[in-house]
Amino acid sequence: MGIQVQEIPINPEIVQDENLLYCKPDTLTPKPFHYCPGCGHSTVHKILMEVVAEMGIQEEIIGVAPVGCSVFAYDYMDVDMQEAAHGRACAVATGIKRMMPDKFVFTYQGDGDLAAIGTAETIHAANRGENILVVFINNAVYGMTSGQMAPTTLPGMVSTTSPFGRDVHTMGYPIKVSELLATLPAVAYVTRQSVHTPGNVRKTKKALQKALEYQKQGLGFCLVEIVSNCPSNWKMTPLESNKFIDDKMIPYYPLGDVKVPEVK
Amino acid sequence: MGELKLMKGNEALAEAMIRVGCDGYFGYPITPQSEVIEYLSREATPRTGMVILQAESEVASINMIYGAAGAGRRVATTSSSPGISLMQEGLSYIAGAELPCLVVNVVRGGPGLGTIQPSQSDYFQATKGGGHGDYHLIVLAPYNVQEMVDFVKLGFELAEKYRNPVMILADGAMGQMMEKVVLFDQQPRKTEFPEWATTGKPKDKPHRVVTSLFIEPEVMEQVNLRLQAKYREIEQKEVMFQTIDTEDADYIFTGFGLGARIAMKAMEIARSKGIKVGLIRPITVYPFPYSIYKEIAPKIKGILDIELNAGQMIEDVRLAVEGKVPVEFFGRMGGMIPDPESVVEHFEKVFLGGK
Repeated sequence: MGIQVQEIPINPEIVQDENLLYCKPDTLTPKPFHYCPGCGHSTVHKILMEVVAEMGIQEEIIGVAPVGCSVFAYDYMDVDMQEAAHGRACAVATGIKRMMPDKFVFTYQGDGDLAAIGTAETIHAANRGENILVVFINNAVYGMTSGQMAPTTLPGMVSTTSPFGRDVHTMGYPIKVSELLATLPAVAYVTRQSVHTPGNVRKTKKALQKALEYQKQGLGFCLVEIVSNCPSNWKMTPLESNKFIDDKMIPYYPLGDVKVPEVK
Repeated sequence: MGELKLMKGNEALAEAMIRVGCDGYFGYPITPQSEVIEYLSREATPRTGMVILQAESEVASINMIYGAAGAGRRVATTSSSPGISLMQEGLSYIAGAELPCLVVNVVRGGPGLGTIQPSQSDYFQATKGGGHGDYHLIVLAPYNVQEMVDFVKLGFELAEKYRNPVMILADGAMGQMMEKVVLFDQQPRKTEFPEWATTGKPKDKPHRVVTSLFIEPEVMEQVNLRLQAKYREIEQKEVMFQTIDTEDADYIFTGFGLGARIAMKAMEIARSKGIKVGLIRPITVYPFPYSIYKEIAPKIKGILDIELNAGQMIEDVRLAVEGKVPVEFFGRMGGMIPDPESVVEHFEKVFLGGK
């Protein structure tokens, strides 16, 4: 791509281990994210890869990228990855995991990918209890194709294909994926989180770590839904979009664990 | 010599998948090939540890194949025409990402839900691409149960040599008929995987990405040029066909798979009547054996092409002979099987001015 990474002059007196407060994990490539300013994808990419680094499983994990804004996730995530056809990530992940049950496998999918075109693959992977992690970014809009209605678009919410607002009588209601999947017995862990405040980022990271720990224990299908924003297609500033998450998204998509593994 | 057995085509195919050291099979039941997944579910895992998974659809099964093949494993799926249509998206991605795998189409009559009886009406879909984009599968057309077995082994060899999906284009009769077969010995499953396979990032080496996405057109063009160069190499090196009694022939009967089998019997009848008929049977229908037709065209008076469809391979035969010799067609559709007598009758009518 056309973006150049500029060399930053380094002062060796300052660059010391004890001064380090914040850095990119080794599990992210040096490539700058292409995501829009304020978009949740960058944050989720980073915390997911931080978890991989902290668990020391960079060589043990295989990711599946979706079709959507995060189609190039493999440009940033420095782990082995496969690019799936639109909606098919859970089937692709099933193929990988069944061949290598000892490796960690995750998919990273948006709402259109997971809850519209890939509904069948998602539900059946969950129902089989595939021992994988599904990271589900719910921003209530088709981002990459620039703003069409998603299966999770809120009632009354304007998109380019619901220009008068989503009319639930003709377009149906937004799907609550987490609640839907939590009804399946083979699903181990379902949680809904967000990354619109620092506190929520920390909770989401914890959830991702838990899910991978459960995978290590072989507990089955884990879904971490992350309520996110899309400032560009919501036609908002990043701050306005974060407020929209608080005011509109979270009341419909409440945060917290929906299903947790039974303690044995 | 391997083990001699009397087996149904679908079961022989499944047995060959186990013996070739397949790592996984992902499929969805559909007539007339459901015996494949039934046989594998019963036999495979206890014998070799091969993973067998019944998917929720053919859309899912072909994408499971994508994932598993992307992990460098030897994997296969089977289906019949409507299911293969559902797999076209996945096959395009698999061809684009250059993943080796084996796909078997036990063809039934269409279009639509059609019939469950044998047909060859998926020839165009199989040999010309099938899904979106410029790509080819390598397509093998068995004409007996023995080739249902042998082409599993050959199919994986070709798939892995060229990093390209291979299709066995069979039909309902090949799947359902019982014949004696010689089974090759059990091969071990692979323990080493290709460099490009996503098995977990190797230490101190770049991560591996399996993808068919190259969004910059300059790059995508190069990918296409590389794919086309591969297809030209396959066309150069991997063409397979069978000829019978072509040396003295005035006429050629031709067909693939079941069509060739019927043509063989029709040829015998014609020869018994003193008509010098030879036979060409393409074994690879992609790459198609254009050269043998071109070579023989000036030496003969006509070709009769026999297919269980409305005439699909005939387009390739006509391309091959470049108008130098008349090419006529005899076929039946919708799951009906042409009988050899009707073939000869039609031949006499169109070439010998018969009744």
